[in-house]
Amino acid sequence: MNLFYFVAFLSVFFSLLVIFSKNPVYSVLYLIVTFFTFSIHYILLNAQFLAIVNFIVYMGAILVLFLYVLMLLNLNKESEPMKSNLLKVVGVIAGLCLLLTVAGSLKLLHVSDPVLLKNPDIGLVRNLGKVLFKEFLLPFEVSSILLLSAMVGAVLLAKKDITKV
Amino acid sequence: METVTQSIQGIPLNHYILLSAIIFTIGVIGVLIRRNAIIIFMSVELMLNAVNLLLTAFSVYWGDASGQVFVFFIMALAAAEVAIGLAILTMIYRNTNSTDINILNRLKW
Repeated sequence: MNLFYFVAFLSVFFSLLVIFSKNPVYSVLYLIVTFFTFSIHYILLNAQFLAIVNFIVYMGAILVLFLYVLMLLNLNKESEPMKSNLLKVVGVIAGLCLLLTVAGSLKLLHVSDPVLLKNPDIGLVRNLGKVLFKEFLLPFEVSSILLLSAMVGAVLLAKKDITKV
Repeated sequence: METVTQSIQGIPLNHYILLSAIIFTIGVIGVLIRRNAIIIFMSVELMLNAVNLLLTAFSVYWGDASGQVFVFFIMALAAAEVAIGLAILTMIYRNTNSTDINILNRLKW
């Protein structure tokens, strides 16, 4: 039980470091640690498939893409122009208002039942595969089209102007 | 595995909702206070992950596997979104030599 609160504290701490560190490369590295804590959360919830996918897709693919673009654009320096302090304070206050609203509405709900593993098998690969390929077969196929179009779009966007070449 | 998952027994669902709300709020604050477009992208990723965690917690709470399938789809969508977004960013950087979003206000006219 204490493990959850410790990992939750780590998630919040490192995600705060992501948005407050000046150097973008450090931000990406802290984001990797944050996603690692999320993987631990998934393991605690016995969602093993999601933990592995989070590990491979987020920490392996997406964040490497971020780092690659940062290095490619040569942005790994602390020369980023910051917003004025007034705007920063206003942004933080606006965010805290959002948090206050959500927490306040949560207090009205009274859903305080403990999370129990009613069915410990639902997060396993075998079980999720059955659900994915029976009930969600059409969305699964459509998401493949989404990924294909994203790939084509990314190549088209990142290419230099065709008329000049 | 039994001993690991024993440790979440007895945690109220409210605490999962609160944790997700906090992480989501941090993502919102990151979008509001930073000017580097790449960091704004990372804040969007944080928000997506907060929602993923909440969906997983609810899926375990109700004993229904659909929530975890949704998380899988959100991850596929996030991968597509990041690929497109970073391609757009490299294009912007090629044209303006910076990723500062304040430069992009020329879209206004």
